[in-house]
Amino acid sequence: MKGRRFLKRREFIHLMGGFGAALAFPNVLLQGCKKALYKAGKQTPVIWLQGQSCSGCSVSLLNSIDPDIASVITAHISLNFHQTISFATGDTAINIIRQAVENKRDDYILVVEGSIPSKSDLYCTLGEIDGHHKGIREWVEELGSRARAVVAVGTCATYGGIPAAELRATGGNPTGAQSVAEILPQKTVINVPGCPPHPDWMVGTLVQVVLKRRPRLDEYGRPLLYFKDTVHDNCERLQYYKQEVFAEKWGDEGCLYKLGCLGIDTNCDIPKRKWLGGVNSCTGSGSGCIGCTEPAFPDTGKRGLYEHKKG
Amino acid sequence: MKKVLIDPITRIEGHLSVELEVEGGKVAAAHVRGDMFRGFEMILRGRNPADAIQITQRICGVCPISHGIVSTRAVDSALGITTNSNGRLLRNLALCANYLQSHILHFYHLAAPDYVDITAVLKYSGNDEKINYVKQWVQSELEAKKGRKDAITAAAPFLPRYEGKEFYIQDLDLNIAAITHYLKALEIRMKTHKMVAMFGGRVPHAISFVPGGLAQVPSTEQVKEYRALISEIEDFVKNAYIPDVLAVANAYSDYFSYGKFTDFLTYGEFDEQDGSFLFPQGIYAGETGESFDASLIAEHVKHSRYKSSTGLHPSKGATDPQPEKEGAYSWMKSPRYGGKPLEVGPLARMVVGYTSGNPVIKNEIDSLLQSTGLGVDALFSSLGRHASRALECKILCTKAYQWLDEIQIGAMARSTYEIPQESEGMGLGEAPRGALGHWIAIKNGTIDNYQCVVPTTWNGAPRDDNGIAGPMEQSLIGTPVADPDNPIEPARIVRSFDPCIACAVHVIGNSK
Repeated sequence: MKGRRFLKRREFIHLMGGFGAALAFPNVLLQGCKKALYKAGKQTPVIWLQGQSCSGCSVSLLNSIDPDIASVITAHISLNFHQTISFATGDTAINIIRQAVENKRDDYILVVEGSIPSKSDLYCTLGEIDGHHKGIREWVEELGSRARAVVAVGTCATYGGIPAAELRATGGNPTGAQSVAEILPQKTVINVPGCPPHPDWMVGTLVQVVLKRRPRLDEYGRPLLYFKDTVHDNCERLQYYKQEVFAEKWGDEGCLYKLGCLGIDTNCDIPKRKWLGGVNSCTGSGSGCIGCTEPAFPDTGKRGLYEHKKG
Repeated sequence: MKKVLIDPITRIEGHLSVELEVEGGKVAAAHVRGDMFRGFEMILRGRNPADAIQITQRICGVCPISHGIVSTRAVDSALGITTNSNGRLLRNLALCANYLQSHILHFYHLAAPDYVDITAVLKYSGNDEKINYVKQWVQSELEAKKGRKDAITAAAPFLPRYEGKEFYIQDLDLNIAAITHYLKALEIRMKTHKMVAMFGGRVPHAISFVPGGLAQVPSTEQVKEYRALISEIEDFVKNAYIPDVLAVANAYSDYFSYGKFTDFLTYGEFDEQDGSFLFPQGIYAGETGESFDASLIAEHVKHSRYKSSTGLHPSKGATDPQPEKEGAYSWMKSPRYGGKPLEVGPLARMVVGYTSGNPVIKNEIDSLLQSTGLGVDALFSSLGRHASRALECKILCTKAYQWLDEIQIGAMARSTYEIPQESEGMGLGEAPRGALGHWIAIKNGTIDNYQCVVPTTWNGAPRDDNGIAGPMEQSLIGTPVADPDNPIEPARIVRSFDPCIACAVHVIGNSK
């Protein structure tokens, strides 16, 4: 964080996802962008709700490197409610979202992390209002219906994720866990999946939404900027695949396909972008892709995460 | 008598609320409620045992590394394999880095806002660029949002907060130092996560954990970079974290007598080559040390939202959610050891280590007691928990160099495995917030039963079948509440346990 921070063009392109952004945001737009972003960020409240989540998406957001997380919350977005970060507790905290509902505000962005239980509201409650344990479903419906934009982060919020995983014996899931899009059918929900999502995906998408730009989305509601190619397309081990060199055991050299890697069927740019500013990647570490950015996760082809292919 | 409800307790992981009865300005009774349920073990049934290592990490995004490692131990024990030396070292180093991440995040970003006055930044007149940036930002935020009626507020997420004249540190320099370190700690904790990702492949939710160890093969560059980062973290722990904990302790010494609990359990963690632990295993209850026996664990559900049987050992545990159950107030169960509620976590690890005479732990605790002029009893408190976390970080930073030296560069960090048709296994370990156990049963090559008993279930348990309150509930009794509309004191005590509710209510057991 250096002084009051306006984004430099290079930084902005990096934030938005590399070269693609340069095409999506011509120079003339970028000039106005820096100031506009600071102003818009100040004026656009962000309400971040957690449903049936593990908080992993929030923890991943904290790993934002460029811009760093302190800049994100002081210059790029105005994080008015976030259960894990907000200094407010109890009624002081709940009043922030309660008043947003009661005053019928419509100028905020709603971000949801975690799935929403539909079998009983008691499976996930937030706040008690006049003796009523208020379900996360009620909050998402009330805040989501008027929100300027709704962004679902992480695979639980985008497609149900692990809480919505199918019970192998009976089908269905224990709590009727649903995605945000299922709770808000009338809204176009912007989906940033991943278990966890990369911080660049979350920050980049939020910044676009703050600037009132609608990211181009694919058929699953994901920003094309980050989810256009498959893991396989950009895999560090693609040459091995082409040469038909396959790893037989974890940590071996070679393409990880036979160990159950789902990179061919999974869209995201991790092999290129990598985690924590280039430290490592899923396929790079020898572990293979488990398909966590896909709607089918964790039941891809009904098979689960790992299925070793013989021969 | 006045009822005070804190819902939600923020700045913890997950959905937790606390209902208090306040009498004569003090807490007379407390009910701690876990407010979220997902059903992980039900979901695990019928799946590939190797999948458990990935799926159980999703129980918690703050301590996935602990779940990943303990799950690997459970699966390994069912498969009849052990990891090799590199696997042990890489697990230790990934877990070490995540301990540092979790403890630093907890102190600076979750707990310290209960003590530090963020508005003190407006009075700052020095030259620090970052502090002046924050000052300008807070000023311009307050300016831009002046006159707005509702609580969507200026300078979020730092405001609003509980307001009370004496709640926050009064000393300007101390506040400014704390705000500087709050910002620095954001960067430091991100770097600890770099260290996790180095061997874990990514973080949170390490991809490289597999049965028998890790898929990652360690390289010279990784070891070099980890070493450089740990030295930076060590510097922060010694020159910021520990002094800051001592400064808070000095300003709020009452909290050495608030939040008391005196009975502890730890499974032991950080495997050493000779089979011992860096933080030893044991029980400390009734002033005597005891050795640990896993068969003495049972879980009560009378006041939990489940209709299944009560008092079962986790390997035989059952779970059948019943949201509207009469008399139940929490999604957490009540784990008991030989019928007793026990506290788990960094304080438990330090107390067991100290009383069993572990030289490294004894040395750290003794110098802490010497510098504060306190007796051992003072540790069994809210501030004792914060101090234990800081000391653990110091011990781990020192130890990490040795583990790095022992790594065999370029060698596999896993052993090979075959999944059996039928088997059972148990994995035990210590998450940053305490004792973590996974139990697995395999039938027809898939998971027949899987259960986890997690730290916050021990600490945040509701009343058990005999009506005995859990450790966190008991520790709240007697806490003063100056202003029932701004109940900051009990919130501080609850946060001192570093609760993790996603863990605690992932749900225990599922056999029918």
